[in-house]
Amino acid sequence: MTLYDERTIQMLEAKANLLRRHVIKMTYAAQSGHPGGSLSYADIITALFFKVMRFRPQEPLWEDRDKFVLSKGHAAPVYYAALAEAGYFPVEDLLSLRKLGSYLQGHPCRMKTPGVEISTGSLGQGLSVANGMGLAAKLDRRSSRIYCLLGDGELQEGQNWEAAMLASHYKLDNVTAFVDRNKMQIDGPTEQVMSLEPLVDKWKAFGWNVIEINGHDMRQILDACEKAAGVMGRPTIIIAHTIKGKGVSFMEGAVAFHGKAPNADEYRIALRELGEKI
Amino acid sequence: MKWVYTSQRKEYANALLDIGQKRTDVVVLDADLSSSTRTSEFAKKFPERFFNVGIAEQNLMGTAAGLAVSGKTVFASTFAVFATGRCWDQIRQSIAYPNSNVKIVATHAGITVGGDGASHQALEDIALMRALPNMYVIVPADGAEAYKAVKAVAEHVGPCYVRLGRSDVPMVTTVDSPFEIGRATIIREGTDVSLVSCGQMVAVCLDAAESLQVKGISAEVVNMSTVKPLDVETLLRSVRKTGCVVTAEEHSIRSGLGSAVACVLAQQYPAPMKMVGTPDCFGESGESAELMCRYGLTAEEVSSSAEEVIRRKRT
Repeated sequence: MTLYDERTIQMLEAKANLLRRHVIKMTYAAQSGHPGGSLSYADIITALFFKVMRFRPQEPLWEDRDKFVLSKGHAAPVYYAALAEAGYFPVEDLLSLRKLGSYLQGHPCRMKTPGVEISTGSLGQGLSVANGMGLAAKLDRRSSRIYCLLGDGELQEGQNWEAAMLASHYKLDNVTAFVDRNKMQIDGPTEQVMSLEPLVDKWKAFGWNVIEINGHDMRQILDACEKAAGVMGRPTIIIAHTIKGKGVSFMEGAVAFHGKAPNADEYRIALRELGEKI
Repeated sequence: MKWVYTSQRKEYANALLDIGQKRTDVVVLDADLSSSTRTSEFAKKFPERFFNVGIAEQNLMGTAAGLAVSGKTVFASTFAVFATGRCWDQIRQSIAYPNSNVKIVATHAGITVGGDGASHQALEDIALMRALPNMYVIVPADGAEAYKAVKAVAEHVGPCYVRLGRSDVPMVTTVDSPFEIGRATIIREGTDVSLVSCGQMVAVCLDAAESLQVKGISAEVVNMSTVKPLDVETLLRSVRKTGCVVTAEEHSIRSGLGSAVACVLAQQYPAPMKMVGTPDCFGESGESAELMCRYGLTAEEVSSSAEEVIRRKRT
């Protein structure tokens, strides 16, 4: 197991914080969008884009790149922020989110946004696509790894379980999925709306290697990715326990901010809490 | 007419084998119906490039999309009713919208599925696929055209839907007949009425044209094997000449080929028109030939419709 030095961890934490500030600015500028579910996996996407994944922003179609699939497409803002900070397009363009003519659509669009591998938005479809990418990498004997971010509420879509079967049947050890387990969905807590537990047992029963982590702990995220890469013959699911709206006090655990932008006051408070010097 | 019958499914299998031999980027997926869709032939020859996803059509389309955006040319097959209805949103979100290079080749389309009845008779699949941006819709007339259509969609970059039948169908083209995506062919020239059709209804229209000729009516038979993008040029040229049109399809008249033709004519060249196809209802069990009669997919229906539109022509 790699021991990550304190500087690397601090750099990643600062980057995650930067992405969170982008999310607040983007959704405030758009006056719509989904801050809650973006903030909850900000640490995960930071670890992926700034430490774990191999890719070339100047050569987006580099064939040996690792790939990221955002299955819960509504959490696009932090994905775009990561792509911009990684160099796929100018950071200034982030504020065009959801505006007419922008290449930053409300939900990810492969045909418009550099770095977006597949269009998503209708829930429950990303894992199947990630599996297809995993099969292709195996056929081509490439070492590319495929990362898929699933929402927890999204797991209520049956297609996920069709995909779960396929990934273990075809031994897709190059596919690693995260569940952003923030335990909230639009109509309330997942366990009230449609219970998902016992979630670990479900994935185990489908033949997956299951790892549970605190999805806001950078070291745990990096360790889990490293472990996943070392598992042969099975896909890995990382169930990341997270807090919806993480980093902004009044958004944390608040269903209201699933799909609502901050107002002017909330905007200022949120940025201050995230360390922006105003 | 005395027809020679050919199998579209067999030609699909042949085309896949030929393409698979030449191109290693071609992969084939099926959802537990490979022995019926005949993708099993490809599976036998190229097992490493064939993936059975089990009885899971949504996952079929999603997995196909993932392979396609990774540079593969993907054929995904199952029965037409499942290939379009069971996973329409997956096709919309993961294939059509991102322009994934997936060829959905569906078999067992239409009423001639026969004994399985309404649950398995896709009479809405053209409508469902035609509604999607980026999606091409091809309904080959016979076995030879099925072979050519499959080869053509493999060369086209972008999503395509190819609709094939279960039963053997009359051979109305030859191996040498031209085939091009988006290009209709005039199979029989005429001057009094245009009979525009696709799939095995092309043969029915040729039968109708024969019987109309006995009555002194000259019918032009247009094989509109590409329903989308529609060959507007050939359609308008024919209807400008004849002044009236009958469409015929083994599909609901709501939003199929007839609707596509009406959409063009209503806006560009209004002409007397009738649509032959199944009405707004589900099918039922029966023999293929019996069902074709019961739902009015016959040469008699096409002929009487032709006579009616001719009468309605403005003099």
